[in-house]
Amino acid sequence: MIQPYSWSRKLFVGFNYTLLAVLSLICLLPLLNVFSVSLSSAAAIEAGKVTLWPVDFTTKAYEFVMRKNEFLVSMGISAKRVALGVSINMLLTMLTAYPLSKEAANLKFRTGYAWFFVFTMLFSGGLIPSYMVVRNLHMLDSIWALVLPGALPVFNVILMLNFFRGLPKELSESAFIDGAGHWQTLWRIIVPLSLPSIATVTLFAIVMHWNEWFYGLIYMNDPIHYPLASYLQTIVVRMDMSSISDPSMILLLSKLNDRSVRAAQIFLGMVPVLCVYPFLQRYFMSGMTLGSVKE
Amino acid sequence: MLVPGLVIALIFSYGPMVGLVIAFQNFIPVKGIFHSQWVGLEHFKYIYHLSETREVLWNTVFIALMKIVGGLFAPLITALLLNEIRIKYFKRSVQTIVYMPHFLSWVIMAGILLDVLSPTSGIVNQFLSWLGFDKVFFLGNDKWFPYVLAGTDVLKEFGFGTIVYLAAITAVNPSLYEAAVLDGANRWKQTLNVTIPAIIPITILLTTLALGNVLNAGFDQVFNLYSPSVYSTGDILDTYVYRIGLAGAQYGVATAVGLFKSVISLILISLSYLAAYRFANYRIF
Repeated sequence: MIQPYSWSRKLFVGFNYTLLAVLSLICLLPLLNVFSVSLSSAAAIEAGKVTLWPVDFTTKAYEFVMRKNEFLVSMGISAKRVALGVSINMLLTMLTAYPLSKEAANLKFRTGYAWFFVFTMLFSGGLIPSYMVVRNLHMLDSIWALVLPGALPVFNVILMLNFFRGLPKELSESAFIDGAGHWQTLWRIIVPLSLPSIATVTLFAIVMHWNEWFYGLIYMNDPIHYPLASYLQTIVVRMDMSSISDPSMILLLSKLNDRSVRAAQIFLGMVPVLCVYPFLQRYFMSGMTLGSVKE
Repeated sequence: MLVPGLVIALIFSYGPMVGLVIAFQNFIPVKGIFHSQWVGLEHFKYIYHLSETREVLWNTVFIALMKIVGGLFAPLITALLLNEIRIKYFKRSVQTIVYMPHFLSWVIMAGILLDVLSPTSGIVNQFLSWLGFDKVFFLGNDKWFPYVLAGTDVLKEFGFGTIVYLAAITAVNPSLYEAAVLDGANRWKQTLNVTIPAIIPITILLTTLALGNVLNAGFDQVFNLYSPSVYSTGDILDTYVYRIGLAGAQYGVATAVGLFKSVISLILISLSYLAAYRFANYRIF
């Protein structure tokens, strides 16, 4: 169906490509600017010469950050949090989604259970009561405060249960006839068939745990327990550099521009997400439209 | 199999709901919930007469509505424009780039924005002065601040919405376009009469769902970008609860504000789900 292009069509196409290119640039340029700042010398930054390309290329800022103990410790906590948090999230998501994906005849009070979970998405006790619960469980300053309160992401459960429900029912029925229980059906039939949706939800969980900063901030009394996102919040956003006490580090810092140090930390903080997110694109269209409009 | 999930939800979601009783108490942490003095609706009356309350409520609704309007049109238009692109790798690159900011946290985004919007050294102001404009302290000026919030939120999220709309456009039955061509429709007419009507349901759905969140103007964003000089136009309910509650140690008052917000939100979200069910046949499960 190729039609000859009229001049107005050509004009539109040109305009369209330009506009979309500009839009992408608007999303990309701030990152590029910050990245260049992180790789430029203090003198060039102060002179305002750095825009989109590093001037007087240097990796000093990164060396400084990688030697900074607090940064490395918090990165370790984040890594631990992602590993632990995502495993717990996924296990609970699947365990909860499977029974809820059954017909009401197979699970008593199915709708009741479903609403029990959905209600937590609609109404919450809010900041202070949540804090009191975590404190009363003596989880302040421990990794469990970062992992357990969000252990069951209800939104992900809904995505999963809608996916489970789309699988042919005959499969689990025939598994039952062959003598499999629910436990076996879930792990040996349902889960292997649901890998695309499990991948999506896992990536969501990874990004969520890596990025989440607020729990770290309120549930950890001592900054030494901060995950990386919370640490960056204090250093980059509140610009609190006072935590550095080591004299040799202070000397090193004096030779650097603190903008470039902040920029380097921002960049290191987003590297894992930048590595993970392109993989989401493939899965996520089907994932998001799941459970929206049904016939 | 449901037991672990039920236990987690009971402790961490329903547990705090019990804690809401401190909205009706003169709560003192060492005395705990059971021994603190009951004050009834005292905190609610106090909040009602506080001049800040109206300001904060107005900011919340105003900022949220700007974000909803921007978040409706920006991705819709981008998706329609992207749909006209024939070069595959260009289309895919644009998609990947514009939806990247969605995956960055507001901490990272704030770090970047603080740098590029800085009045002294930021690249945006360098560009503005190169064009001959005055420098603007975007994040420290209370007139600019709400618009900066709405603008940066749209910038962060429009790519994500674009992909949702693109998915809806891809799902349109190709025979509709063929029929339109036979009737002599050009690309513009096809867009107007086939594509747009086809994606109206998902547009209505996303907007009604967004309207339920009108009291959530974005804690993460505001908390990371604001400063005392823009409290008057930038403080929203959630940041207000944080400031008076945890930072100011007025636990009862803060919980009362939180409870007020939760109740109104519950009503709004329920209404929006109901509307989504009515008009777009949406069901959560």
